[in-house]
Amino acid sequence: MTMPPIFFIAWAHVTNRVRQTFIGVIGVATGVGFTIMIAGVMEGSQRQFVGTLVDAMPHITITDEHRSVSLQPAEQIYGAAQRSNFTATEKRAGITNSNLVIGSLRDWLPGAIAPSTKVTGMIMSGNARFGVTVTGIDPRQEERVSKLARQMVAGELYSLGRGSNAVLLGNALAVKIGARVGSSLTITPGTGNPVTVQVMGIYRSGVRAVDETTVYSLLRTAQMMAGQPDLVNELRVSLDQAFRAEEIASKIEGQTGYRAVPWQAANADLLSSFKVQEKITDVIMAAMMLASTFAIYSIISTITNEKRNDIAIMKSLGMKEYFVQAIFIIEAGLIALVGIPVGWLVGYLLCIAMTHIRYENPITEGALAIAIYYSPVHYAVVGLITLGCCLMSAFLPARKASHVHPVDIIRGAS
Amino acid sequence: MSEVVVQTEHLLRRVESGDTMATIVNGIDLTVYEGEFLAITGPSGSGKSSLLYLIGLLDAPTAGDVHICGQATSAMSESERADMRLAKLGFVFQFHFLLPEFTALENVMLPMRTLGKLSMAEMREKGTKLLTALGLGDQVNRKPGQLSGGQRQRVAIARALSNDPAIIIADEPTGALDTIATDQVFKILRDVANSGRTVIVVTHDVKLAAKADRRVNVVDGKISEIVVNEAAKAPAPATN
Repeated sequence: MTMPPIFFIAWAHVTNRVRQTFIGVIGVATGVGFTIMIAGVMEGSQRQFVGTLVDAMPHITITDEHRSVSLQPAEQIYGAAQRSNFTATEKRAGITNSNLVIGSLRDWLPGAIAPSTKVTGMIMSGNARFGVTVTGIDPRQEERVSKLARQMVAGELYSLGRGSNAVLLGNALAVKIGARVGSSLTITPGTGNPVTVQVMGIYRSGVRAVDETTVYSLLRTAQMMAGQPDLVNELRVSLDQAFRAEEIASKIEGQTGYRAVPWQAANADLLSSFKVQEKITDVIMAAMMLASTFAIYSIISTITNEKRNDIAIMKSLGMKEYFVQAIFIIEAGLIALVGIPVGWLVGYLLCIAMTHIRYENPITEGALAIAIYYSPVHYAVVGLITLGCCLMSAFLPARKASHVHPVDIIRGAS
Repeated sequence: MSEVVVQTEHLLRRVESGDTMATIVNGIDLTVYEGEFLAITGPSGSGKSSLLYLIGLLDAPTAGDVHICGQATSAMSESERADMRLAKLGFVFQFHFLLPEFTALENVMLPMRTLGKLSMAEMREKGTKLLTALGLGDQVNRKPGQLSGGQRQRVAIARALSNDPAIIIADEPTGALDTIATDQVFKILRDVANSGRTVIVVTHDVKLAAKADRRVNVVDGKISEIVVNEAAKAPAPATN
């Protein structure tokens, strides 16, 4: 038993109507191509931005704060205690026994950890003053937790050990205050006296907020500015898998009691804006798909209108309605099966073309090339959705065509 | 006596005509026999084509029934009627209705492919034989657009014969043909009937109708006259 000639008829229809088929293929290819390009650009820019963010900041920052305030001695004895006349202490508590904490975390942490001391202050250059955060680091340990060594654009990370009160400035701050390697500046920490520092290097993280406000120094320099010689108020963690930061931060909090902030939480606002961006992308892609769907709908409607005589005779010869319907759905499928690979190619070429466009990013610094994320998943998903849309768009005109009454057509043609 | 292949019982067809219902086939009882060549004649709008479409299961009656090869059809689903058309009936219309994308042979093979009982090679061989028998052996690979009107109609006849149907239904098959092609087509239909198949033809052409075994004249949806043509072929008994 052979199959009804539906494939045979469908193939003949699409191959004999070259112009219509070509327009259909172009419609589908355009939709697929631009959808792939948009998906690649959106995901590429997000990944590039997140990558820059992840490179510029520790994946987890453990601070000397506690998630919950510890009980006062009176509260440990009584159900309730009245507290009054608190006096803010001049000194920060810091992370108690930081070396022990670091040691206990290193036992299981899938990554590296390094201590740091953060002090806020004002940097002065001439009459200009800018608020900065001095982050005291140990260059050997820092190298394992951040990409600072690779982000140096002048000097090097180990230059910190070569000068008295050496510091590294972000390039945005250096430009703002007109500092260069070798410049002497004054930093007035919030808790101490002005300290003269020497610029030994300039880095560029790519995140303007970091490059404008973070000054790196040796741990002891920051501790000296804080007026607390052993102060370590932050542990910086770099993970082998940055996207596990939330899970591991929670584990760290459970173990140490100190607040551990994953990079996602630290940048929640930015990341939430991605969600909006993703929704907009979805809407744009849906519009593209809709355009392809309308193209197919229009073509199949035209073909079914033109083929009313053929439908009538096929039905009079004994072809069942669902076979007639299947013919036109197969035609849409054939157009989609040609249009989708063409669209893949168009999408790929558009992505390549997009990489030549440069743009100024207000969050990161300087002109950047548009980043494209090439993923086979984009191609597969867009292809499958398009195929589905094409088949569905053919369904209505095909069903209408299959309901053609042969007698109406035969009488009309006679 | 020949076997009955078509029998209509009080066949009634009403259609909407504006706000009223018009009766286009009005209680026709007709019996057609195996191997009979029956011509249905009548003035325009008399209901002769409507009767033919009811017999050909292309249309459903308002009341009454059509029996094809002994099977009542009024209670059949559209799918069962399609199966019946495919296996038992062959159609030839005034317009050839050949699929323009396909060659003459592919058009002839279409009902065979839809029925799906033969292999491709068998269908190809049978289709070629049919076209050759109708004088189109050298036109098998031509598309309808490359054939003359008479040739197209002969391809349509070959297509109607391709599944070896018991009945050939022809609606004004020569209406669009010149005299020579008309004679050819009528001769072919005559030969088909002589080979044992039943041929039911609707025609305006009295001269051609006279060549049929029996002529049924329809007026206002009713049979007004039945003429048996003794000279054409030994006639089968007829009822009304």
